[in-house]
Amino acid sequence: MNTMMQKSPIGGKRAIVLSTNGIGKYFFDPVKFKALDDVSFEAYEGEFLTLVGKSGSGKSTLLYCLSTMDTAYEGDIYIKGEKITGKKSDELAAIRNENIGFVFQFHYLLPEFSCLKNVMIPARKLGKYSYDEIESRAYEKLKMLGLQEQALKPASKLSGGQQQRVAIARALINNPAILMGDEPTGNLDSKNSAIVFDIFKEIAHEFGQTIIAVTHDNDFAKASDRTIELADGRIVNLDKSDF
Amino acid sequence: MKNNINIDIALTHIFTRKKQTFVAALGVTIGVGIYLFMNSLDKGFSRYSMDEIFKNNAHIKIYKNDEISKPLTTEDSSSLRVIINPQITTLSKKIINPEALLATVKSQSFVTNAIAQVNFDAFYNRGKAQIKGSGNGVNMTEYAQMFNTNKYMVAGKTEALQGNLNGIIIGSGISEKLNLGLNDNITVTSSFGVVKVMKIVGIFTTGSSMNDNAKSYVNISTAQQFIKEGPAFVSTLFINTLDANNPEPFVQKLQQLTSYTVEDWKTTNADVLAGNKTREAMMGAISMAILIVAGFGIYNILSSTIMQKINDIAILKATGFNGSDVVKIFVLEAIIMGAIGTMMGLIFGSVLIGIMSNVYMGGPVGYFPIGFELPLFIRSFVLGMVITICAGYFPARKAAKVDPVEIFRK
Ligand SMILES: Nc1ncnc2c1ncn2[C@@H]1O[C@H](COP(=O)(O)OP(=O)(O)OP(=O)(O)O)[C@@H](O)[C@H]1O
Ligand SMILES: [Mg+2]
Repeated sequence: MNTMMQKSPIGGKRAIVLSTNGIGKYFFDPVKFKALDDVSFEAYEGEFLTLVGKSGSGKSTLLYCLSTMDTAYEGDIYIKGEKITGKKSDELAAIRNENIGFVFQFHYLLPEFSCLKNVMIPARKLGKYSYDEIESRAYEKLKMLGLQEQALKPASKLSGGQQQRVAIARALINNPAILMGDEPTGNLDSKNSAIVFDIFKEIAHEFGQTIIAVTHDNDFAKASDRTIELADGRIVNLDKSDF
Repeated sequence: MKNNINIDIALTHIFTRKKQTFVAALGVTIGVGIYLFMNSLDKGFSRYSMDEIFKNNAHIKIYKNDEISKPLTTEDSSSLRVIINPQITTLSKKIINPEALLATVKSQSFVTNAIAQVNFDAFYNRGKAQIKGSGNGVNMTEYAQMFNTNKYMVAGKTEALQGNLNGIIIGSGISEKLNLGLNDNITVTSSFGVVKVMKIVGIFTTGSSMNDNAKSYVNISTAQQFIKEGPAFVSTLFINTLDANNPEPFVQKLQQLTSYTVEDWKTTNADVLAGNKTREAMMGAISMAILIVAGFGIYNILSSTIMQKINDIAILKATGFNGSDVVKIFVLEAIIMGAIGTMMGLIFGSVLIGIMSNVYMGGPVGYFPIGFELPLFIRSFVLGMVITICAGYFPARKAAKVDPVEIFRK
């Protein structure tokens, strides 16, 4: 799978980083309900991909399946060519640690830790580098996001926009292949949304990392490389030109 | 702090929640402290009552028990039965050939000490005043060695009896009641009508009125004269062994050497031992219950920490921490709280023991019989830690099972 190349919508030959094959997902409470139905698509290296759709269309549900945190689905998911469907939860945790960064609507920073220490957490779990190396890498990430001044402040003492940028730095610390976001700008004003958007674009286009972001923001989606639209758990549109 | 992120997170939780940590630790402190104190109290009591027992008891004694007459019957049920009233048929409580038996007993490898004793019923007189008691004919040097008699001497010395056939050592109660002191003369009459005027060469007080008001020591040959017997008469052999706590196998071995009754101190003092056991069980159960309640304190505080930190747990799991990492974080928090609490508990318990050991009870007990017992400190520490680890493990397991998706959906 790793070597499999395909023509991406924005031109050039790119590697597939994530692909799904007929994802289906049921909820049983309160009644049996199909939230995802036969969802198949690919995401490419360095691609800024957005998921859109009406409320309740299954965007978050799909993202959590892709994230490896939700394992109760039908079909298969591949990350960097490796089938992750059916793996044990400890293996999935290690895969997430190394390959996937998360940004949510809420920042989920640990309030007792400084910004710098929050950013360091996934890298310290990965354990690939020494503490001091991780610290300087984390500092680099914060600097890139314009937060060098805030590095040593407790996470709880920052503004909402700053907190979201710290969360992005944390998501990027292990240089994951994929950055996933569930309405990452949902809580931000237009100015901060624009900052986050620019960061995502830079990450995708300059560092070649793939971004899969759920959004309600039409401008945000339009400016991304490609948009997948969901309706009632099915993909209704794979190409942004038709969006 | 620099090495392990799990430890770092656990310590941060502990340090940023000092009050909860302190409250949880305090519960353990009280639990461990009370556990240590109550068990030390119990141990002190047991030791005291053991000491009391060994004032009068050797590990094993050999004596001639009363014989009961047996009815004459035959195996054949059709034949005539002779029914008689069972009766004590002992003619004498004498041990025949005691020297030889004593020598055989002493030659056993497990026997550390063995002595002979001649008992007689004695009446101590001064003018019209008379006290009934019991006289013990012993080799005083050997006897003092076995029963630590020197510790209880309040006047005179045990050595003064050695070779002094006219000397007697009496209990302090006898001395007080008859108003007789050291070097005074005392008239002793035996149940065989032998009367002797003897010189008091020593006075002892053991704290038990049963001894102090009745007992006296004389030389073996003097005692034999009191009961009008020759030098071959001995009523009891006292034997000390290598292991006071397990006399049973020694009893069996000795029983093979003689037909007289061989009895260990546990059999003789079964009632006291049963009392001790009951007290031990009660104290143990109560103190254990207090310790377990302390465990619930840790359980509660950790559970509430986990409820409050559920978002943190979710993001940690999302970023690649697995279930066992989460368990480690929260069990470590329990261990830290437990270790602080247990240490403070050992100090708290020590303070209680210190205070109690200075309480004067009066009477034969004197100061409260309680002391610092290292094995009890170790047991309290281990139990305190085990209980907090268990109390931490269950909420930690719950935390490890948190489904991050459920949290992020909210
Ligand atoms: N835990 C659950 N149990 C039962 N049904 C659920 C559960 N989670 C989601 N659903 C249902 O699945 C469908 C898809 O939900 P999902 O959260 O993926 O929508 P969404 O596209 O992210 O919507 P929004 O834009 O409002 O976030 C909805 O109809 C929702 O009610
Ligand atoms: Mg959603």
